[in-house]
Amino acid sequence: MNSESKRVKRERPWLMRTYSGHTSAKASNELYRTNLARGQTGLSVAFDLPTQTGYDADHPLARGEVGKVGVPIGHIGDMETLFDGIPLDQMNTSMTINATAPWLLALYVAVAERQGIDASKLQGTTQNDVLKEYLSRGTYIFPPEPSVRLTTDVISYTVHHIPKWNPTNVCSYHLQEAGATPTQELAYALSSAIAILDAVRDSGEMGASDFAQIVGRISFFVNAGIRFVEECCKMRAFVALWDKIAKERYGVEDAKLRRFRYGVQVNSLGLTEMQPENNIQRIVLEMLAVTLSKNARARAIQLPAWNEALGLPRPWDQQWALRIQQILAYETDLLEYGDLFDGSQVVADKVQELIQGAESEMERVRLEGGMVPAIQSGYVKRQLVTSQTARLRAIERGDLKVVGLNCFQETAESPLTKGVDSGILRVDPAAEREQLERMRAFRATRNPKEVEVALKNLVDAARSGENIIPASIRCAHAGVTTGEWSGQLREVFGEYRAPTGIDIGNQDLGSAPQMDRIRERVRSTGESLGRPLRLLVGKPGLDGHSNGAEQIAVRARDAGFEIVYEGIRLTPRQIAKAAQEEGAHLIGLSVLSGSHLELVTDVLAELADLGLSDLPVIIGGIIPSEDKPQLKEKGIAAVYTPKDTDLNGIMADIVDIIRERNGLEPFDVAA
Amino acid sequence: MARERSALATALNLLDDKRPEARACAGRLLANLPEDKVYHSGHLIGLTGPPGVGKSSLISALVERWRDQRRTVGILAVDPSSPVSGGALLGDRLRMLSSSTDGGVFIRSLACRGEVGGLSAETWPMSLVMLAASDIVLVETVGVGQKEIDVSKLTDTTCFIAQPASGDTIQFLKAGIMEVPHVLIVNKQDVGLAARKTLTELQASLGRNTHNGDWAVPVLSASATQGTGVAEIVEAVESHRQWLLREGALCSRRRSFQAQWIVKRLREDFGRFGIEALGGERRLMEDLITQGGSPFEHYDRLRDDLVARWS
Repeated sequence: MNSESKRVKRERPWLMRTYSGHTSAKASNELYRTNLARGQTGLSVAFDLPTQTGYDADHPLARGEVGKVGVPIGHIGDMETLFDGIPLDQMNTSMTINATAPWLLALYVAVAERQGIDASKLQGTTQNDVLKEYLSRGTYIFPPEPSVRLTTDVISYTVHHIPKWNPTNVCSYHLQEAGATPTQELAYALSSAIAILDAVRDSGEMGASDFAQIVGRISFFVNAGIRFVEECCKMRAFVALWDKIAKERYGVEDAKLRRFRYGVQVNSLGLTEMQPENNIQRIVLEMLAVTLSKNARARAIQLPAWNEALGLPRPWDQQWALRIQQILAYETDLLEYGDLFDGSQVVADKVQELIQGAESEMERVRLEGGMVPAIQSGYVKRQLVTSQTARLRAIERGDLKVVGLNCFQETAESPLTKGVDSGILRVDPAAEREQLERMRAFRATRNPKEVEVALKNLVDAARSGENIIPASIRCAHAGVTTGEWSGQLREVFGEYRAPTGIDIGNQDLGSAPQMDRIRERVRSTGESLGRPLRLLVGKPGLDGHSNGAEQIAVRARDAGFEIVYEGIRLTPRQIAKAAQEEGAHLIGLSVLSGSHLELVTDVLAELADLGLSDLPVIIGGIIPSEDKPQLKEKGIAAVYTPKDTDLNGIMADIVDIIRERNGLEPFDVAA
Repeated sequence: MARERSALATALNLLDDKRPEARACAGRLLANLPEDKVYHSGHLIGLTGPPGVGKSSLISALVERWRDQRRTVGILAVDPSSPVSGGALLGDRLRMLSSSTDGGVFIRSLACRGEVGGLSAETWPMSLVMLAASDIVLVETVGVGQKEIDVSKLTDTTCFIAQPASGDTIQFLKAGIMEVPHVLIVNKQDVGLAARKTLTELQASLGRNTHNGDWAVPVLSASATQGTGVAEIVEAVESHRQWLLREGALCSRRRSFQAQWIVKRLREDFGRFGIEALGGERRLMEDLITQGGSPFEHYDRLRDDLVARWS
């Protein structure tokens, strides 16, 4: 350091978190304590899929998913273990939880009460944005209307009782993962925020001053992609647009309450499986987009680990991600300056362009009747699927360069993936059984009468429209489980399936002779087998990341297959039954949650049960390469991972697999 | 039950199969279907309406009710195909939550495969094997035009679902579609005023209805999401079947659909000239209606007849 330099006043850095949780409450608690000891300044809880979609560990749909992508929280006992030795009044906890957000918030409050802490002292965030779940990620449960009501319940409750809580974190993150362009990201995130705030306003529970406070409590969760200059401008556009909306639409006078407050997880979508060490450079550049502008800087950042495209990160990988943040915040001089871009014409012009694009798309959503109707009609999802399809086409053609993926593929073998664990964390297969046992033991300790009364109270509140949180806190104390809480509300509100958005027009595949050849192969193979080739695309388990399945479905349709796509969250039995009824020639499964081994075993068993053992099954998803032989051994015909971006190649494989299984000669390889 | 489902799946694959040996086998299969099931019992129901009108959720609610009555249900869901690739996205099973693991419900999707008239040629024979295996067969088509209403040419009872306040109603009136259905349903009654307005418009339009004998077309409203009005639809559809039975029309309609199906295939392959060579449409229809039997076998016999004359 230059000895002449005076002590410069530095900005306070953002909150540093790592999105984590796995196996069990106990294992996750240990991880949190380790991460905090390493200088992390807040917690970001990842829940497993059964917890996110409201099932107990012993529900059939939960099989294979318990403790996989996050921590399983079945009841207050788990929640107490999760925060054991972490005083909640000194912690800032972000919970990525949506459909069951009111429940997890209730558990958090109940644990605080048991720690002797007043709820008003709590700080943190519930993601609580179900609207984007219908478009991406897929952990919704109820139809949109009751979902919005539960969202507003959390908002109204926290603004009165937990004033420092961020009740909803409107997400543009997952929209980008689903294919949104920066303009679409701006438009749909802001339209979602408007839908939520309008619902709060129209509920009539709030006075004008309360309402301004609520506008001030809305925060956002944003993605930052690799085009970091544009992303930087996107954040500035968000700031300007939100200020305008808060002022003009909601009449908020206090400029502080109009601030666009946001947290970030930088782009996991752009991380590659090939040469995975390069993901570190990507993560650093993406972080710059959300930190360089002082006027549009993130309040909280969590960075993915370098190996997320391979599987679950280990503690050391998370530490590495945290160190990136610490170096930027504490070593560099970034926090010593004012806004770097004020006065830049280039940046101002780009921001203006994004604002105009976003405003025009927001107007389009308004004409659809607002964000909720635009989701229900499938409009927004179709726009996202269309953008995603275009993006993948660009990668496939090489117009969009991804180093290691479609250019500069030549590489030495990475020592990082060579260890005994192949560079990822594996959840102990015993974790699910242990969680099940804990769940059963816990149920036995409850007072059944108390549980019954608490659940009845919950149903009454759900039916009457009374705020759901107090009844949920009571349920938490009585020992109600996550599955019971959700089950009761399923009875009251019903369940929902969102539009898939795959019903988009034929894509421009150019004059591609390759495509013509594939179409011809699809057609002639269908002719040889007597009827058009038919694929069943299915997502077993609770994982709602449907982008891959959707892209395969759309491309296969364009290649001339008849596609039966059933959407997300299917049981293996449902998939097998559908394959039989629909007369499929091949089943394509998609699993991203790490439960592929269990789910594949079950699907194949169900198929055998229906006498369909000959039906070929392929699988795509985040699948570690050392699992491939095991999957093949079980009878899976082909395994695809994110590095397989050549969709036409996959189509050609599918035709070949069908031909082989049906005793037809393979097509000439050279053809 | 499990064996029956597997047999039905195989039969449907066979009916879809264009290879000559499969066609011969399918012909025998159809000829051996129990006469009673195919012509005299069960219920073939057509259900159509514009996209987004909530057909899937309404079907889901209907199926649930039929299952409560312990009736088995087969569904043929027809989706458009892509004109470019011939491929199709068949996503209609999507929202059918309640029936998904129920062995008493069987759903087969069908692409319309470029067929003029919105229904591919396989629809009729597939309906027949489904009739042999289920108490109720529901043929679902998507669309708003005259094309989709072709479903009425192969079902006992046709239901049309209207969208509240979409302006479509007027279009249907103009197109004469209102004369076809036996049951009219305004879905989404939960949207209130708009649904009531559509209901009134539809009721008013029925004065002109002349095609359905003395069957009084009921106009019903329902909300699939709230589960209201579903029992009334089930009841109205059943009344129509009872009415057909009383009129002796169930069997004669089905025989006539079958004859039309055969004549249509012949006309597509041999043109008006071919039909004339076989004695003209009227005579051909009369013959076919009285004969019963397998549509494939009749078709093959008549085709061979024509081919023999010209070869």
